[in-house]
This record gives sequence, C-alpha cells and structure tokens, in this order.
Amino acid sequence: MATKQALVLGKWALLPSVAVLAAWSFVPLALTIYFAFLRYNLQDPENTGWAGFSNFYYFFKDPYFWKDLLNTILLVAGTIVTTVVGGVLLALLLDQKFWGRGIVRLLVIAPFFIMPTVSALVWKNLIMHPVFGLFAGIQRFFGSHQPIDWFGKFPLFSVGMVVSWQWLPYAALILLTALQSLDEEQKDAAAMDGTSTLNYFRYILLPHLARPITVVILIETIFLLNIFAEIKVTSVGGFAGNLTYLVFSQLNDATDVGMAAAGGLIAVVLANIVSAFLVRMVGKNLEA
Amino acid sequence: MAVIKLENVRKVFGDAVIIPGADLEIRDGEFIVFVGPSGCGKSTLLRLIAGLEDMTSGVIKIDGRDVTEVAPAGRELSMVFQSYALYPHMSVRKNIAFPLMMAKMPEDQIKAKVEGAAAKLNLTQYLDRKPGQLSGGQRQRVAIGRAIVRQPKAFLFDEPLSNLDAALRVNMRVEIMQMHQDMKATMVYVTHDQVEAMTMADRIVVLDRGNIQQVGSPLDLYNKPDTLFVAGFIGSPKMNFITGAIAEKHKAATIGVRPEHIDVVSGKGEWQGKILLTEHLGSDSFLHVEAGDAGRLVVRAPGEFSGKPNDKISLKPDPARIHKFDAQGLAIRSK
Repeated sequence: MATKQALVLGKWALLPSVAVLAAWSFVPLALTIYFAFLRYNLQDPENTGWAGFSNFYYFFKDPYFWKDLLNTILLVAGTIVTTVVGGVLLALLLDQKFWGRGIVRLLVIAPFFIMPTVSALVWKNLIMHPVFGLFAGIQRFFGSHQPIDWFGKFPLFSVGMVVSWQWLPYAALILLTALQSLDEEQKDAAAMDGTSTLNYFRYILLPHLARPITVVILIETIFLLNIFAEIKVTSVGGFAGNLTYLVFSQLNDATDVGMAAAGGLIAVVLANIVSAFLVRMVGKNLEA
Repeated sequence: MAVIKLENVRKVFGDAVIIPGADLEIRDGEFIVFVGPSGCGKSTLLRLIAGLEDMTSGVIKIDGRDVTEVAPAGRELSMVFQSYALYPHMSVRKNIAFPLMMAKMPEDQIKAKVEGAAAKLNLTQYLDRKPGQLSGGQRQRVAIGRAIVRQPKAFLFDEPLSNLDAALRVNMRVEIMQMHQDMKATMVYVTHDQVEAMTMADRIVVLDRGNIQQVGSPLDLYNKPDTLFVAGFIGSPKMNFITGAIAEKHKAATIGVRPEHIDVVSGKGEWQGKILLTEHLGSDSFLHVEAGDAGRLVVRAPGEFSGKPNDKISLKPDPARIHKFDAQGLAIRSK
C-alpha cells in the first residue's frame, strides 16, 4: 500500500536530520552533565576523578550565588514589566493615524537590530557616563555639579535600562500587530455601548492583548535569563552579575570547568521553574 | 421609539462621494429596509445614523433632537452587526450586560434585565458560555439581546443574517419580524438581499450609488417602480427589459415585463421564441427563451410545464403589467 510505503520512506528520510539535531542538542548536554560530576579544574590538573555532588554543593555555597540569583530575577522581572507596560503604550500610540507613521514604526524597531555589545557600550560611554554622557550633560544644564555615575551607583538598574531599551521595540511590535487584528465591528459595538476610553482599554483592549502579552513574557523570559553581553561589556559583573555571569566567572576566573558545568545545569533548571511560574501566573490573571 | 429624520445628509471620503445628499424620514415604529447592491452606500447611511461615521454635511434628528454632533452612545440607538461583534473574552451574560454596565446601572437591575432578555431569546442555558462556544444563530441572538436590554429608541441592523446558512436565515428573519411586532420599535435594516427586503419591510429604501432611488412599500416598488434600477432590483427572477422596435411601439425607450406576467399561450401570441433552458423549482418553472426581436426573456410557467429546450413557444405579456421607461431610465406613467 502506498500510504504504508510512504510512512516507512518518510521515517528513513527524516532519520538524518533527526540524528543531526539529536547529536546537536544531546551531546553538549550530556557533556555538561558529565563535567558537572568531575573534578575538573584547569589550575589543579593533578586532582581528577569523580566529584559526586560537590560541584553543585559548592556552586550553591558560592558567596555570589544568592545575590546573582536575585539579580537574575530582578533583571528579568524589571525588564518584562518595563517593556510590557511601555510596549502597550507605544503600540497604542503607533496604532493612531499620524503623518509619517511608516517611518516612525521603522525607527521604533531599530534598537532591536543593534548588537547587545554595541548598545551596552553606547549606553555606558555616550549616554550614562558621568563625564561624557548625555544624562550628565542634561544634569549639568540644569545646574548640577555632580552628575550621577549610573553604572557605578546603580549597576543593576542601568543594565536593566539598556536591556529594556533593546526589548521595548519587540514588545511594542508584537502588541501593535495584535491591536491591528482587533475586529473593527467590535470597536463600533463598544462605541454604541457607550464605552469610555478607560473602560474600552480595560474591558476590550487588555483582554484582547492577553495572549500576545503572554507570548512576549514567555519569549522575553527565555532570552533575558541568559543576558550576558550587557553585563560583561559594562563590567558590572561583580555588582549586577546574574547566574549566567556567575557560570562564566567560574569558568574564566576560577577556571573550574566542573563547577561551571554544575552551575549551568542549576541555571537551566531554575530558568525553567521561573518561566513556567511566570507564564502560568500571567495567563491566569489576564484571561480570567 | 422614535422618528429619525435625515436632512440632506452627505458623505464624502476624499474624492469619492459616497452619499451625495439623502433626505429621508423614518416613521415611529416602522420597519424600514435599506437595500441595494454592494457598494451602494446603504451601510454607510446606517453608520451615519448610528454616529459611527462623521457626516460631511447635513442634519440627523431623532425625535426632533438634532444628534448630528452627538456620539453614538448618546443617540440611544442599538446596533446589530454583520459579524455580531460579540466580545469574545466575555461570557454571554457579560456581553448582554455590558452596555448596562457602561451606563452604570445597579447590579441587581442588570441581573434582572439580562435574565429577562435571555429568557425571551432562549439563551438562559447558555448565559455562562463564551461566544466561541455558540452556533451562529445563538451568537446572533446574543447580539440582539445586547441590543434590546438598553431599550433603545431604535434598532439598527447591518446585514445581520448574511453570515447564517439559508435555513437559519429564514428562521431568524421570522424571529426579527416577530420581535418588531412585539416591541413596536423603530427598526432600520440593511441588506443586499431583495427577498429579505420584500418580506420584512414596512417600507423599502432602494439605493444606488449613494442615491435614494425610491422609497415605498414592498408592493409599491414591485408594482410601480420609479426607475429602471428599481424595476431590475426588486423581484426575482429579474424583470425582462426590451428595447428597440418593440419598446417604440409602446412609446418608450425601454419596456419591462416581469417573468410572472408573461403567459405561454397556444396559437399565436405576441412574441415567438425558442426555449433555451428550463429551471424547475417544483412550484414554478423558469424558462429562458430566445424571443427574436424581444431578445432573451425569462418566463415563469407552472411547475408542471412540459416544454423542453429547443421547443418553439408563443408568449403573451399582460398588457396592464408592462412598465415603460424613458431614455433616462425614469418610469413613464400614463394617467
């Protein structure tokens, strides 16, 4: 029979790509798990063999662990709140009819195209720098003699600002397309029903945006848990480092491959817990 | 319940004139139907009455009050939309209650009104469902429920039945007519379907390219169409139009005869022709006839008519039912 043949043929035809994909994702994971249970420090090459769970234990015991975990959560949560709230407002603005709307929409998406390293450098050295920065210039213009050293005084907040700036366009764009898919007749019906602007936002628009907002939160959580470039480039890892940065410093500064692998695994598990929790919470609140 | 009056209402989008200027008085408690082909401006006219579009010029009065500058909600009208426009994330109960909630009516009154409307529309058991879990006909009922709880001055319907299947459409048509009889409310109904217009309306407004062609009762329009357009639009199948020598004999540029006013006769009739094809509907048969100078005609014959394609037949129009039109397409009435 043709269908049975096609089925068997299909399986064989799929095999190479499945094999490559499996190798691609399983081999690194398997290696990481393997390393995580080894004594494997580049500065202590004599000391080898199985380490049991000690790599995991000492990663938890690292003086930076709890601080960096908190930083990770604050960075993700803060950026999500900023980009979703800002994204909704920006999307509402961009949904209006005004002259030059096409160009403005194009400009709004621009930050998303800029490499994280580049935008971090620009923000640190051109915008938030206490001497040369734009913000400092504005402060001096208003008569201040001691402009704020943003990355020095508020490292986590500053990194969050850079990251929010990068992700705001993404949220705004997704929400804008969702706004445009709102049925015209529903807007008319709301007008006939005497809905005020505020009630329209609350009862019609926000529920309509619930799903795209959930998508934005999910995607952003996945990416924001792994933020690294912005922290490394602005060299605030000691103050505003997250778990990704901690894994990096275990490998780079302490040259402990086993500990870094254990940290990586812990970070993955924590990331999954956080994202599952967030998405469920948001989904429930908005769709009810 | 209200009288709605349009005075020289005009709507222009950029260079496109949608409504060149419409005057119309909709009487208290009347079921009036706007009918016309797509793009004739009937929906725009309805939306102007609703306040969903701004007029370019003109005045709209409801019960004598000038509402030209009044927002849609302030006009106290309700509208039922083609796509029903239910709020998808709200339950049926909340959908129906929504206009009352927006009007800040007390909870207990809202509850009583919603349940009253639901009972009237057979929706009681669906009150806690979402619109997505309802059939097309049920959604339509919810939309009507949302319209009636506000006790508006008039109801506006924008092609409300066009998304339903044929059987359901006939049912809903009867339900809306029943509702009109019970409530004695002013209703303005837009449709492109002339059968809907004929069966439902107290008066029909025929529109073509934004112009009101004729306003009258269904039978008025059927018996005395003012223009060629109305003559061709009202009635199914379409009226036959004959030009040339035969029309000149009647001192007209065009004459029109409806298929049901042409008889198939034995012996010599007025026109001779050959049957091209026949449509059997059971109660009637429609014959498509090639009738020489008269051109191609559609003729209604009894259901049991036995003629076959290529048969020769004689036709005789009812002389009292011949409509005459001048070169501008206006009816010539001899008195």
